[in-house]
Amino acid sequence: MSAFLEISRLGKTYPAPSGAAAIIVENFDLKIRKGEFVTLIGHSGCGKSTVLSMIAGLTDAASGGVILSSKEVVGAGPDRGVVFQAPCLLPWLTAFENVRLGVDQVYYTADATERRQIAEYYLTVVGLAESMHKRPAELSQGMRQRCGIARAFALSPKMLLLDEPFGMLDSLTRYELQEVLLDLWQKDQKTALMVTHDVDEALFLSDRVVMMTNGPAATVGEILEVKFPRPRSRQQLLEDPLYYELRAQLIGFLEERSHVRPTRPAAPVVPPTPPPAAPRLRRFLSALVPA
Amino acid sequence: MKKFKLDWLILPLVGLFIILSLWAVSSLTWAKDLPSPLKTWESSKPYILEPFAKRGEMDQGILRFTWYSLVLVAQGYALALLVAVPLGFFLGLSKTFTKMFDPLIQVFRPVFPLAWLPLGYVLFMGFGKETGTYAALFTIALCAMWPTVLNTAVGVRAVPQDYLNVGRVLKLSRWKTLTKILIPATLPYMFTGFRLSLGIAWLAIVAAEMLTGRPGAGGFLWQEYNANIYEHIIFSIITIGVIGFILDRLMSVLEARFKTA
Repeated sequence: MSAFLEISRLGKTYPAPSGAAAIIVENFDLKIRKGEFVTLIGHSGCGKSTVLSMIAGLTDAASGGVILSSKEVVGAGPDRGVVFQAPCLLPWLTAFENVRLGVDQVYYTADATERRQIAEYYLTVVGLAESMHKRPAELSQGMRQRCGIARAFALSPKMLLLDEPFGMLDSLTRYELQEVLLDLWQKDQKTALMVTHDVDEALFLSDRVVMMTNGPAATVGEILEVKFPRPRSRQQLLEDPLYYELRAQLIGFLEERSHVRPTRPAAPVVPPTPPPAAPRLRRFLSALVPA
Repeated sequence: MKKFKLDWLILPLVGLFIILSLWAVSSLTWAKDLPSPLKTWESSKPYILEPFAKRGEMDQGILRFTWYSLVLVAQGYALALLVAVPLGFFLGLSKTFTKMFDPLIQVFRPVFPLAWLPLGYVLFMGFGKETGTYAALFTIALCAMWPTVLNTAVGVRAVPQDYLNVGRVLKLSRWKTLTKILIPATLPYMFTGFRLSLGIAWLAIVAAEMLTGRPGAGGFLWQEYNANIYEHIIFSIITIGVIGFILDRLMSVLEARFKTA
């Protein structure tokens, strides 16, 4: 299997005021095939968003690295389209202008008509044909996130990074948007990595679910293959006994095994620290008074 | 308090009546030199009824005087904004720049407008007839710029990291990051600064005119004090206040427009 995205020994530490660094993520290894949809699941605060942010290049890694289609990732760039949790649309631009801003960056050789068509196409596919010239404030949460998805896909990125994109939506809207995302992903044949804490979302969307252990020093715990045929329908999945089996495995991990660290190469042996020297006064006294 | 019909009109009128009464009583009792409201009105009438008349350098209709003042304020204010906005952006964007200049700004900011005027005279001594004008502009600009500088800097620092991340993912150039993200995100803060700056510019103009003796709303006040026509002092004060109030209202309308954007 040739990896399209290769994450090796990725780690993130924050220097703590006391001096000892807080380790958020450590030794995170993962390979993703071209066209694969992988979700990263784990308890909130375990560092899954940090991993995504490092791949996106928005956060610097403390150790390790990321290789995307044989090139090392340095800094952020439009080859990795990011869908943020809060859609992060610029409120002074319309939905169309928000998408167009990215299109203009990527298709700088195309003429204005083509660029407009690209932006309009993606906005139409996500279902914003009617309201693409509205400002984010006039759109519902769900519509804003549709626009966020359109913006990411319109960049024609090598891969998509989604940071809990549906976390702030009600469940009906979430179902709708999951299908919008899946449609576009299949149409454009993108490679996608998505962070979520929703077990059903992970099973419905992905080819593999990567379960992260709890922080600090979070890392890959177990990986679950999700081999339902595509295109998938939610109804079909719910009728499949395998679905409940996988679901039980995921929940089992999150509830029972997420705190268990996988066996890793042994930590370097630290020589025992010698006991602190006796205070000078005591040494002086003991020299005076032999035991 | 219970609201009643027309309270927006009646209550301010009641307030006005109370002040006018105090004024009238004062002018009748302990401050005999203070002109009464009626006398003030009689004496100021020609200036209001013929607002554009020009009878002499220091004897002109009130709107003509106001116009002179407004032109000078507009120039000084424009100068202030031209300096203040870039300065605010530098302060907001660069920690080094902030450490370098913030202490100086904090020292200069509380200096009273009139204190700058003599320095302005010294600076522009070589400009002959224009020295007074340049000194006045210098004073206005220097006093009026601080609120815009500080508010712009605060606004730039408050730009959400999320918006900047969008810029980083799209690999926007520095110029595009500035025009598409930083400036629009800072605009509401900037407008608060603009409004406060305009208020100070209007304060400074009156002071500057009084000292330079330029024709204008403030110059008129000072001249009529020297000429012992006290009615016109009160008239000038009211004019200056009303104009300042109108300017502030206009700016808040603009500000509100940008706040919603």
